[in-house]
Amino acid sequence: MAQLAQHDLKRQAQLDTLKRIGKYTIIRFFILFFAVAVGIYLTILVANMGGYVDEIQRAEIRENIAIQISMNPEYKKLSTEERKQLQEKLVVLEEERLGLNQPFIIRSFNYLKDALTLNLGRAKNMTSDSGSRQVKLIILERLPATVLLFGTSFLINFIASLFLALMLSRRYGSFWDRFVVALSPTSAAPGWFYGIFLIVIFAAWLRVLPYGGMVDAPPPEDPLKYALSVAEHMVLPLLALAISSIFLSIYSWRTFFLIYSSEDYVEMAKAKGLTDRTIERRYILRPTLPTIVTNFALSAIAVWLGAIIFETVFNWPGIGRVYFQAIGLFDTAVIVGTTVLYAYLLAITVFLLDIVYAFIDPRVKIG
Amino acid sequence: MNLNQFRDITRYPSAVVALVIILILVGVSIYTVIALPYQESVTKWRGGDMVWQDNPRGVPPTWINLVRSKKLPETIVYRSTDEGVEKQITPLDKELTDIFMSFQFEYTADEFPQEIILFFTSTYEKKAPYISLIWKTPDGREISIGDFAIEKTYTRRISQDDQLTKKLGAPAEVALFADPNSEEPAPLKGTYTLEIAGITFEPESAFEVKSIIFGKVYGMAGTDHLRRDLMLGLLWGTPVALAFGLLAAVITSVLTMTIAATGAWFGGWVDGVIQRVTEINMMLPVLPILIMIGVFYSRSLWVILGFVILLSIFGASIKSFRAIFMQEREAGYIQAAQAYGASNGRIILRYLIPRIIPVLIPSLVVLIPSFVFLEASLAVLGLGDPVMPTWGKIINDARTNGALLKGQYYWVLEPSFMLMLTGFSFAMLGFALDRIFNPRLRGM
Repeated sequence: MAQLAQHDLKRQAQLDTLKRIGKYTIIRFFILFFAVAVGIYLTILVANMGGYVDEIQRAEIRENIAIQISMNPEYKKLSTEERKQLQEKLVVLEEERLGLNQPFIIRSFNYLKDALTLNLGRAKNMTSDSGSRQVKLIILERLPATVLLFGTSFLINFIASLFLALMLSRRYGSFWDRFVVALSPTSAAPGWFYGIFLIVIFAAWLRVLPYGGMVDAPPPEDPLKYALSVAEHMVLPLLALAISSIFLSIYSWRTFFLIYSSEDYVEMAKAKGLTDRTIERRYILRPTLPTIVTNFALSAIAVWLGAIIFETVFNWPGIGRVYFQAIGLFDTAVIVGTTVLYAYLLAITVFLLDIVYAFIDPRVKIG
Repeated sequence: MNLNQFRDITRYPSAVVALVIILILVGVSIYTVIALPYQESVTKWRGGDMVWQDNPRGVPPTWINLVRSKKLPETIVYRSTDEGVEKQITPLDKELTDIFMSFQFEYTADEFPQEIILFFTSTYEKKAPYISLIWKTPDGREISIGDFAIEKTYTRRISQDDQLTKKLGAPAEVALFADPNSEEPAPLKGTYTLEIAGITFEPESAFEVKSIIFGKVYGMAGTDHLRRDLMLGLLWGTPVALAFGLLAAVITSVLTMTIAATGAWFGGWVDGVIQRVTEINMMLPVLPILIMIGVFYSRSLWVILGFVILLSIFGASIKSFRAIFMQEREAGYIQAAQAYGASNGRIILRYLIPRIIPVLIPSLVVLIPSFVFLEASLAVLGLGDPVMPTWGKIINDARTNGALLKGQYYWVLEPSFMLMLTGFSFAMLGFALDRIFNPRLRGM
């Protein structure tokens, strides 16, 4: 009887925990969604210059229609007055078609709705390389290049810095340890900065590696040669990204591990005579895992924030170049589309991390 | 936190080096602001050809000759208005006057000059003076390099004179200096003379000339595609970069800290609002927004600075500051302060904020380079301040003018070196301060 009651109590507690986590998850979901919506709305406002882009567009419509009418031989017979009327009519029609007849504030919310439902629409001035005006296609076409470069760099740097940090934390004070600590200020400079130096040395001076771009021109037909050419073009960008981040991340991981390895339970494990590998795996890596996971996820998202400048310096045909071109061409649809992609990726990551945390962090469980 | 902690800096050699570099940079800034007044420098920098016409175009600094085996020539300028220049003026009759000038110079470089240009100014009413130019080489050859009439202001580009090039068989700056006995084209060293003989046709008529043999090195920093002295840009870049980095870092850190303290102290909806704003801020792509502001609204450095601060105050560091404040809030001395009736403002300003300064100062110093590089990043994208010379703008100029393809490495490397000095010195100092203020890291 008592056993049954205890069992019930346990189930009740589990149910409570689940309920709390569920409630927490739903609240987090709405908060993050709200943050995404506000963030995107602000971007829409900035990208439309508070409605000024509309004025540019209206002027363009008027000019185009005026040219069309003057070029069309059928309208040659019309009087000036009739032609003017026709022009006004066509302008109103075109503005209605593009939804420009509504005030900007209403349209800005329509934009927001479209953006949040991933209905990214059509670009005004830009086309994808295959000639489409679909924002989705423009973005998808360039995304692989960015993911290839920044994904590779991120994985190499993250894994290398974790491994090296673990190694250094085992023998801190050694030459290599002091070497890394001394070099950690190199991360004060962003990747493009080292990129310029590397281009000066390896492309301009030694002429062994290309200045930029992703493949040779014209691109090789053979897939293997194509891959080799891409790899060759990736050497300098990867190196630049590595120099600008790896020393600081080794340094901070190493310090982080050192702080954990001076905990009492690690001393205890050492006293028990456990091997270094076991101590590392069970007593250092396991408690630091949540931090490592969080860091991995958040920096994976943040890594392509610098892409605009980095891709400009290396002439890398990725999403950052598209973004910069879109800004220069006042193409708000592309700007907002790229921002939406970024905001959603970030929000989903944060949301998933929140849920994972709710399960591992006892403080959240208790409520 | 006290003075002794600052004295600990001397225990870290890297921090001492960093401090020395920072002091030098500050010294350079002060010198620049005082010695090269802002308005004057900006006018000069944007002045174009009129201001810079005496400089060679896109050449490296003079000290490059120290590491070169083949010495590059320096620019040689002669002005007929200078003191000590002899002019032989012989009146031929009532109207005609013969004016004769000769410029002598030593040429010792191992490479040919960049170009030769003569700038004439003259006064006359109807008939313009007529000029003949004779070039005398060290080995005694005499070459006629032009007979022409001049206008009131007249520029004679000897190197771009097609007929002369045809006659000499090579561009003038090569043919006039070449050693006829050498197989490889190489300049003949020695004393050259440029003779300018002019005839004026009116009693009041006269002319002056400035002849420039443009070299291939210039000054301490070289020149860019507009013949501008890069030194001016590099010098002015220093106070601009330091001011931008310092202002952005200090204002952002102080505001972020105050906001975090307010949220942690009041809790409830105040804290909630601050947390939500931080989350929204996290969703905003900061760099693209800054680029949009640069393209759409204003590229002014101060407008950009304002938006940088606006976008950074609700940055991720609010979360870590908040965590520290939450811990501190429960401390005994805070409760004691509450017990004696201290106001909220007093507790935040006098008790909470001082507690965080050991964390704040290192992070503030480390923030400075990130803002300096942010400004440079925008400038490299062509969104630099339209008026002020900055390091990033020089890099951008160099890139857009193909400096790397043409081998003008100095043009990219000099501003990059300045950026690197600034970035590394603040980062090194920040890291050392971090270890001093956070004893947990000491010895690690």
